[in-house]
Amino acid sequence: MIKSEMKEKQLARLLVSAPPLLFLIVFFVAPSLIMILTSFRFPGEFGGLAPVTPPSDKAIGEYGFTSDAYQFFFSDFIYTEIFLKSFAVAFGTTLICLILAYPLAVLIARSRKHLRNLMVLLVILPFASNFLIRIYAWMIILGPESALSHFVNTVLAAFGIAPVTLLFSPFAVLVGMVYVHLPFMVLPLYTNLEKHDPSLLDAAQDLGANAWQRFWRVTWPLSLPGVFSGSALVFIPVLGMFAVPDILGGTGDILIGNLIKDQFLGTRDWPFGSALSIMLTLAVLSVAGLTTWFARSASGQRAT
Amino acid sequence: MKRGNPWLWSAAVLVYAFLYIPLIIVVLYSFNDSRLNAEWVGFTLFWYKALFNNTEMLLAARNSLIIALCASFCATLLGTMSGLAIHRYKLRVLPVLVFTPVAMPEILLGVSILLFFLQVLNFTLGMVSIIIAHTTFCIGFVAIIVRARLQGMDESIFEAARDLGASPWQTFRLVTLPLIMPAVVAGALMSFTLSIDDFVITFFTKGVGEPILPIQIYTMIKVAVTPEVNAISTLLMLLTLVMIIIAARLESNASSEESTKPGKTVK
Repeated sequence: MIKSEMKEKQLARLLVSAPPLLFLIVFFVAPSLIMILTSFRFPGEFGGLAPVTPPSDKAIGEYGFTSDAYQFFFSDFIYTEIFLKSFAVAFGTTLICLILAYPLAVLIARSRKHLRNLMVLLVILPFASNFLIRIYAWMIILGPESALSHFVNTVLAAFGIAPVTLLFSPFAVLVGMVYVHLPFMVLPLYTNLEKHDPSLLDAAQDLGANAWQRFWRVTWPLSLPGVFSGSALVFIPVLGMFAVPDILGGTGDILIGNLIKDQFLGTRDWPFGSALSIMLTLAVLSVAGLTTWFARSASGQRAT
Repeated sequence: MKRGNPWLWSAAVLVYAFLYIPLIIVVLYSFNDSRLNAEWVGFTLFWYKALFNNTEMLLAARNSLIIALCASFCATLLGTMSGLAIHRYKLRVLPVLVFTPVAMPEILLGVSILLFFLQVLNFTLGMVSIIIAHTTFCIGFVAIIVRARLQGMDESIFEAARDLGASPWQTFRLVTLPLIMPAVVAGALMSFTLSIDDFVITFFTKGVGEPILPIQIYTMIKVAVTPEVNAISTLLMLLTLVMIIIAARLESNASSEESTKPGKTVK
C-alpha cells in the first residue's frame, strides 16, 4: 500500500517534469552546445560550415576544428570597438531609464492602492503593443519632416547652428532603446519601493532630515536591490538588441546584435557569428553575476 | 495624501507622455489622408482598405495566427507542467532551463535554434522551427505565472485531497487544475501575444518560405513606409488590448471568487 503510493508519487513527478525537461534539453541545451561547437569550425566556401572531415584526400581547403573565429575577432580592433560601443549604449540606456523610472516608481509606491494598480497597468500597457511598432513610432516622430525635427532645427537656426537630422543617428538609437526597455526598470523599482516602511521617512523627518537627506540616506540605499535588478533587466536585452539600431540608427550605428545578425543573414560566416554569440553570452553572464552580487551586498549592508 | 509632491507628479506625467504619445501618433496617422507620416491632412479609411486588399499581408496574418496558436498551446502545456514541477519538487536543472530563455537576449536563442535546425536536423526553416523557437521562450513565462499562483495557495488543500483517498491524478484533475486554471489561461494568452508580436526570434528562424506578420511589418518599415503600417499596427494594438482585458477579467474573477470563500485565510 505504502509502496504503491510511493510509486504513484514517483510517477507523478516524472510525468510533470520529464516532458518540459526533455523539450528544453533538445531545443535549448542542444542548440546552445551546437553554437559552441560551431564557433570552433571553419566557414564553408559558400557560407555555412566546412565539413569536419575532408570529402576526399585531395580536397583543398580547411577542415576540422580551429579557434580562427576568436583570433579573427581580436585581429581587428573594430570588433572590440563594437563591443565597447554596445556596452556604452547599454550603460547609457540603463542610466536614462533609471532617471526616468525612479520618480514614477516612487510616486506609484506612495499612491493609494486602487490608483497604484491603474498606474502600474498604464506602464505595462504600451509594452504590450508590438515591439516593431514601438520603434516605428519613433521613425515618425524623429523623421526629417516631423514637427519635432522642424522645431529642433528652428531653435538651432536661431542660435546659428546648422540643421541636424534626428533620425538615423546615435541619438535616435538611444531614444528607441530607452522607450522599448523603460517598463523593465519601473516594475522592479516599484516592487521594491512599495515594501518600504513609510514610518522610516517620518522618523528621519522627525530627526531633522530634509527632503534630500531623506531620499539619499533612507530611500535610495533601501531601493538598491530594486535598482540593480531593474538595471540588469534593461542592460542585458539592450546588449543583444539589433532591431533598434537597424531601424533607427545610421550606417555607423552597429552594435553586437547587428554584427551577429550579419554573420547569419548577410555574409554567412557561421563560425564568426557563433563566436560573437558566445562572447555576448559571456558578457551577459558576467553582467548578471555582477548585479546579483551587488544586489546581495546592498541588501546585506542593510541587515547589519 | 501627505506627500503629494508636485515634482514627482510632473515627472510622472512626463514619463507617461513619453510612453503614450508615440503610440497615439501611430494610431492617428493610420487615419490620415496622406502618404507621408508628417502632417495631418484629413480623415480616411483608405489604409485599412489597402490592408485588407493586400493578400501577402493577409497570408502573413494567417500564418502568424497559426504559429501563435500552436506555440501558445505547446508552451501552456509544458509551462504548466514546469510550474507545477518547480513548485512541488526540489529540482535543480529544470528551473535553470525554464527561466534562462526568458532572461537572455533573444538573439542568442534565435541564432542557436537556427544553427540547430540547419545543421543537426538538416531541416529547412519555416513554420515548424518558428513554433518550436517560440515555445522554448514562452514556457518560462507560463511557468512563472503558474508558479506564482501555486505559491499563493494553501498546501493543506492538496494534503486534504490525498487524505481523502484521491490519487495524484484525481488530486490534479479535481483540485489543482481548477485552482490554477486562471493562471493557465493567463499564461496561454500571454504566450499568444508574445508569439504573435515576436520579431527577433522569428527573424532568425523563419527561413525563406511563408510570409510572417512581424517580418512583413519589418520589411515595410525598412523598404517603403506607408500608413498601411500604421493601420496594421493599430489593429494589432487592438488585438493585444482585448487579450489583456480578457486576462485581467479572468484574474480578478478568480481572486474575487477566492476572497468571498468563507474561512479563507489571506496570506
